[in-house]
Amino acid sequence: MIEAFWGWPPPVLDPAGPYASSVTTLAWALFGLSVFVTAVVIAALWVAVKGPARWKAMLGGERAIWIGGVAFPGVVLTALLVWGLTLTASLTEPIRGDEMRIRVTGEMWWFRVQYLDGSGAVIMEDANEIHIPAGVPVVLELESADVIHSFWVPHLSGKKDMIPGRRTLLRVEADRAGEFGGVCAEYCGMQHALMGFVAVAHEPPAWEEWRQGRTQALAPADLANGPPDEAGSQGQSLFMESGCAACHRVAGTQATGLAGPDLTHVGSRRTLGAGILPNNRGTMMGWIGDSQSIKPGNRMPSYDVLSAEEIEAIATWLGQQQ
Amino acid sequence: MALAVGLAGCKNPVETRREPDSAATERGLVAIRQAGCGACHQIPGLDWPRGRLGPSLEGFDDVGLIAGQLPNRPDVLAAFVRNAPAAKPGSTMPAMPVTPQQAEDIAAYLYGLDHD
Repeated sequence: MIEAFWGWPPPVLDPAGPYASSVTTLAWALFGLSVFVTAVVIAALWVAVKGPARWKAMLGGERAIWIGGVAFPGVVLTALLVWGLTLTASLTEPIRGDEMRIRVTGEMWWFRVQYLDGSGAVIMEDANEIHIPAGVPVVLELESADVIHSFWVPHLSGKKDMIPGRRTLLRVEADRAGEFGGVCAEYCGMQHALMGFVAVAHEPPAWEEWRQGRTQALAPADLANGPPDEAGSQGQSLFMESGCAACHRVAGTQATGLAGPDLTHVGSRRTLGAGILPNNRGTMMGWIGDSQSIKPGNRMPSYDVLSAEEIEAIATWLGQQQ
Repeated sequence: MALAVGLAGCKNPVETRREPDSAATERGLVAIRQAGCGACHQIPGLDWPRGRLGPSLEGFDDVGLIAGQLPNRPDVLAAFVRNAPAAKPGSTMPAMPVTPQQAEDIAAYLYGLDHD
């Protein structure tokens, strides 16, 4: 379903930042070079089979082997190595430590997103959506809660594995505001293909506004999003009673579960089910009542024991969590 | 003239049987994907998702009444797709974020399903 929003697969040759840009340039260069080499090989084959005798002799001579087999690859590959390393040097530059940090953890089958302060403490929790300021490099701390996943936003950078028990770092940067689709790029189980997310780059002032809205909403004094209306409050109590709160956290309520995605701002997310469904009341109801049909094997059971009215009430309340 | 008389003499097709134009049905399937209708409904032509919370829409072109209650006409169906609780009070299908044009296209798609 992600294809409805950001193209599927995410366009890999459409960089939107310096890191992705260098990878794309290198990819085009390798592609061009391989086309050239293939053309030369095909031409040589033609000469070997159908060419004039004099050319055949030249092709079979020792000189041809020295030039075509040693000098050409030696020079070209060395130049390519030096140029490629220079071009992509920014990808492997050491992390300074003062960059903005976001921890992204691969789960079964979604992405946990935690915004960190300078000391590494978590200041905001989110899921399947990564908000960054445009024009600023951001360091992502990649982790995994289960198997090896791989983090990939083709618009912003190369792939990086998310390895259990290890923290890998990936720097990303967007040079313009926009929404960029991302996926898990390492086969991680049955619903690997339905493990997506979106990286949202804001202009810096807009990002600051977004950040302030988020941190304020998380302050305990500011209970979630104000008192829910009648439909919402019924949904809230059903959410707590039906066991949803055991796995999901909603800041400012008794829901403090950590197993599933943080739902504090779920109503404002672009997608549901990790980048796979558009987020609206209909899809929210479908997901709550029947998530196992949509994404079989995911860790949320289908709540088909609830009536349609109860599911709608919960969906209404969750939609209010902006 | 004779042709017109001859045509008029033909039996009218079933009231619900319609042949919507193919451009509209194509747009309809795109709108169905974008709105996420598959989260709750199994819809022919949509491989995934195939949700089971709502009724399957297989053979929808042949059903008599929309949601068992409303006359199965394109305008009624489009209104139902857009705002089911308003079209049929008590409906558990919520209002969907689709434009009136998209709702018409979705209705066209549903009428254009297999004729069997």
